[in-house]
Amino acid sequence: MPILSPVVLAIQGFVASIGATVLWLCQATGALCAFAVSGLGHVFRPPWYPAEIARQFMRIGYFSLPVVGLTALFTGGALALQIFAGGSRFNAESVVPSIVAIAITRELGPVLGGLMVAGRVSSSIAAEIATMRVTEQIDALTTLSTNPMKYLVAPRLLAAVIVLPILVFIGDIIGIMGGFLVGTARLDFNPATYLKTSYEFLETGDVTSGLIKAAVFGFIIALMGCYQGYHSGRGAQGVGRATTNAVVSASILILASNYLLTEALFPG
Amino acid sequence: MTDTAKIEMPKIEMPKIEMRGVTKSFGSKPVLLGVDLSVPTGKSLVIIGGSGTGKSVTLKCILGLIAPDAGVIEVDGENVAGKRGKAREALLDKFGMLFQGGALFDSLSVWENVAFRLLHGSRKLPREEARAIAMEKLRRVGLEEDTAELFPAELSGGMQKRVGLARAICAEPEIIFFDEPTTGLDPIMADVINDLIREIVVEMGVTAVTITHDMTSVRKIADRVAMIHHGVIQWCGPAAEIDSTGNPYMHQFVNGLGEGPIEAIR
Repeated sequence: MPILSPVVLAIQGFVASIGATVLWLCQATGALCAFAVSGLGHVFRPPWYPAEIARQFMRIGYFSLPVVGLTALFTGGALALQIFAGGSRFNAESVVPSIVAIAITRELGPVLGGLMVAGRVSSSIAAEIATMRVTEQIDALTTLSTNPMKYLVAPRLLAAVIVLPILVFIGDIIGIMGGFLVGTARLDFNPATYLKTSYEFLETGDVTSGLIKAAVFGFIIALMGCYQGYHSGRGAQGVGRATTNAVVSASILILASNYLLTEALFPG
Repeated sequence: MTDTAKIEMPKIEMPKIEMRGVTKSFGSKPVLLGVDLSVPTGKSLVIIGGSGTGKSVTLKCILGLIAPDAGVIEVDGENVAGKRGKAREALLDKFGMLFQGGALFDSLSVWENVAFRLLHGSRKLPREEARAIAMEKLRRVGLEEDTAELFPAELSGGMQKRVGLARAICAEPEIIFFDEPTTGLDPIMADVINDLIREIVVEMGVTAVTITHDMTSVRKIADRVAMIHHGVIQWCGPAAEIDSTGNPYMHQFVNGLGEGPIEAIR
């Protein structure tokens, strides 16, 4: 058998490690897609669990309202200051109301709202389902003739997809109000003119594109929380890792899908 | 017309559960190497064996929580390995299970845990009716009515076991599995749980399979005992014979000896 030189062995090792990573990536993507398809299938097939769906509406939607509202309020305010400072360089201070409204509805409302909800909800879903896995509650569901995908995953997916656009819509209004407060109190805009300009420049497509994004982000948030929790390792370490992975993967997927959705909705 | 002599055939009762040649490996680690086990209808079988010998895996294979690599698993004479979806759910309607840690659902109250199958399953009942049955089962396992509205986190270990037991019997299953029913309990509470299990099994006439390494439980609960080691059943026989069997594995385990065919890591 020929003896390979250390250089060849090193190259072989490097290529092998790339191959292993690609295989792992393909396997993980395939598993996630299969999980998503299965979860979505259960959303549309009975039996449904109305009490569980209502519980998730409250947890994902109602209890996220303060986080989304505060994020939007401060973002709107900061945006007004930034646009005013930038616009003053070429005497375009008057664009503040319209740019704040467009930026909030199209981009910052859904993206920042999505990221904040990912931090709050994706982690909590992952921790809850991972704990259920570790304490055999998921096995218990199965032995009680209940499909865990139907009872745990489907209600969370459904609730998140419906509730995120509602949250983002409320966040849009609060964000524009944040800009309004700073614009009128700090930048000497006339309140009536500010509101009129915001309303006149805003188009239906600006709002609906943000709401479409929010629905996709809701799906991602619930999916990553459920997936990471469902496939968590054993013990406290497994639960901790699932929680971290859920937030990190949901955040990255939100940012990546935001770019793709923007390309699709505003092709330029 | 000639009389034909009628031959009296001995009546052979079909076992409730039968496993033949069941194997299961996790990666390169074999756990079950060909388990052959028969559980007669209406009897209480206790599977004993050291930690990591495959007792839980055996139960999970029967329930379909883990897919065996090979072998046949029959319940009421029907091969259940590979059943999916509705067929698996229908099969699981026959089973009740008490998990080692209780596995109670944190987000549901005690009575909702007990009545879970009646609130959601194919035997779905109106909420009030399901609650009434849950209350009756809670009383049967010795819990007061005021525990019904509590949440599992508010219960002691012994109470959680009782709630788990009430949930296991709530829908009147034909088969009940008990996974380490006395682990983590003090000796007095363990004895109470053992008595409860025995009473319920006799009263309901169910087929029971218990896995444990607590010999007190074995003596209280078992009609038959099976000893698993190295992924196979080393001995299976009536509970009355566990002290007199000449099987070296049983002798070592029953008497808790350090010396014998079961290697003890020191």
